[in-house]
Amino acid sequence: MAPDDRKLPQDPTPIVGADTDIAPISRGGSKPAHERTADEETDVVDWHRLAASAGFKELIRAKRRFILPATIFFIVYYFALPVLVGYARPFMETRVFGAVNIAYLFALSQFFVAWIIAALYVRAAGKFDRMAADVIKHERQ
Amino acid sequence: MTPALAMFLGFVLLTLAITYWSARRSQGASQYFAAGRRITAWQNGLAVAGDYMSAASFLGIAGMIAFNGYDGFMYSVGWLVAYLTVLLIVAEPLRNAGKYTMADLLAYRLSPRPVRAMASLSTLTVSTFYMIAQMVGAGALVKLLLPGVSYEVAVIGVGVLMIVYVVFGGMLATTWVQIIKAVLLMSGSIFLSILVMKHFGYSFGAFFDAIGHVSWTGADGSTITRNFFQPGLLFKPPWGQIDLISLGLALIFGTAGLPHILVRFYTVPDAKTARHSVVWAMVIIGLFYIMTTFLGFGAATILTPGKISIENMSAPLLAQALGGEVFFAFISAVAFATILAVVAGLTISASTSFAHDFYTNVLHHGRERGPGEEVRVARITAFVVGAIAILLAIQLRAINVAFLVGLAFAVAASANLPVIVLSIFWRRFNTTGAVMGLAVGLLSSIVLIIISPSMMGLDAKALIHGAPLFPLRNPGIVSIPLGFLGAVLGTFLSREPSAEAKFDELIVRANTGLGAEKATAE
Repeated sequence: MAPDDRKLPQDPTPIVGADTDIAPISRGGSKPAHERTADEETDVVDWHRLAASAGFKELIRAKRRFILPATIFFIVYYFALPVLVGYARPFMETRVFGAVNIAYLFALSQFFVAWIIAALYVRAAGKFDRMAADVIKHERQ
Repeated sequence: MTPALAMFLGFVLLTLAITYWSARRSQGASQYFAAGRRITAWQNGLAVAGDYMSAASFLGIAGMIAFNGYDGFMYSVGWLVAYLTVLLIVAEPLRNAGKYTMADLLAYRLSPRPVRAMASLSTLTVSTFYMIAQMVGAGALVKLLLPGVSYEVAVIGVGVLMIVYVVFGGMLATTWVQIIKAVLLMSGSIFLSILVMKHFGYSFGAFFDAIGHVSWTGADGSTITRNFFQPGLLFKPPWGQIDLISLGLALIFGTAGLPHILVRFYTVPDAKTARHSVVWAMVIIGLFYIMTTFLGFGAATILTPGKISIENMSAPLLAQALGGEVFFAFISAVAFATILAVVAGLTISASTSFAHDFYTNVLHHGRERGPGEEVRVARITAFVVGAIAILLAIQLRAINVAFLVGLAFAVAASANLPVIVLSIFWRRFNTTGAVMGLAVGLLSSIVLIIISPSMMGLDAKALIHGAPLFPLRNPGIVSIPLGFLGAVLGTFLSREPSAEAKFDELIVRANTGLGAEKATAE
């Protein structure tokens, strides 16, 4: 609150909690949303309690169960390409049909593997969205 | 008027019309910086793809495949796989916990001023280097495509247009420029791929056989025959293999730290849309890089390396050989539109970061001094950034700037990504760690590039005369671990209970979208 704000005579709104307040306007307990000041608004959600709630912990576990293995898998699968091409060249040059060799097919497979992981994630994330919605709904009650 | 000039002017008029339409809409901060957060998933997917597929991809990779075969194709794989990092780790938390920039996520529970100042410096570094590379490329390209236009005119033209898009049209106009460019680039590539297959009687067997035996007349008059499926024509021992792995690291971890890609996720209504837009982008980017098979190998087999005068002109020359002058003009205009869209995307991410992170939050402690001030500062910044980029691009016209793009990815991977990941996943992470991670990642990538073969060499063309002190062109394999190490060691230097206490709030927001920025009403 800038000091200048209190000097505005045309604004009759009482400043809640200001040093002139002898009896703060309150009916005890929490105020309805429209009466909260900006400072109070930030603490509407008890983040620590929410973070510790069973629903949220389950959401984080479910996400981790998908994201961690998927990330490790795609990183290993991707770096297998430059490593094998660099250090196992005779194997990678093995022809599969016509002039097409393992190296080309492996590189091409990277595109499809990336798409498949993305599709699997979108499917799993639908479930995460529902779990997150439940966590929020639970909080609002 | 040549067909190429006519098509290019058509693109410019269309994008200016969009800028006019966008400028007439209300211009609050959320509208200017984030297009009101009302971009849909497919639109944002196209825009992400448009921001990402630079001229380096379209002209550079096609040329690499045309001259080096398989190694060029392998190079293109990482550009798609990198989006899994964006999809699985970064996009949704960023959308849920941020407002306009990457630094919003970092500053959430850390001390905002030092973190934002460093993140803004890193953003400006990445964007400026990337932009200069694009503009020098644009100047060189225009000289080849439109022989009547000089280098300076081309660079100034690109610079002025990107300033107009960003200053007047903001994020909404920039997004639609990306969308149009992505559609043009995809249609051009699809049509060119079909023409290549038509040349081979629509037979993959015949096409693959031709790739197995590419032969051309070398400079000394002898006939050279190569199997273009064979790896190792470009990345040669002893350092080639490690360099390729290092580049892969920079792509996989750098894409998720590129500021001009990250700002795109603030233009959609929620995290779910952000996720779906990454999937759209992956479909488009993947299809495009698979098509580099046709573009690059097509140029190698149909034109042969002996008949392509300049490597980067492989795709336009292939279009000329297969589709005639009008199609050549179309592909050339697409290449130019590509550059124009990418520089506009870079300009808006740089000016957003300066105005939002540095000006408002670092200099003025997060308070706007008047309504619309942040947007006004961003517009002025866009103008200044554009002017500096024009001047630098004219000064640097003679040097090879390809390494600047590599540098942008290396900085993004070594400075930005470690602190983004640690701030989402590590409760103990703190301000000292973030500042040190950003500083070490930024400095180590820049220093390693300066002493690498990209800048140092014994021939006359090298920027610094002397034997390279660091053997790799791509510093990622060293600088990314250094960035993580800096962030972790910095964290252990101090304790910050307030940052640890706010971790609960961050992870709840990031994972549930509770309290996330909403789309503005129409």
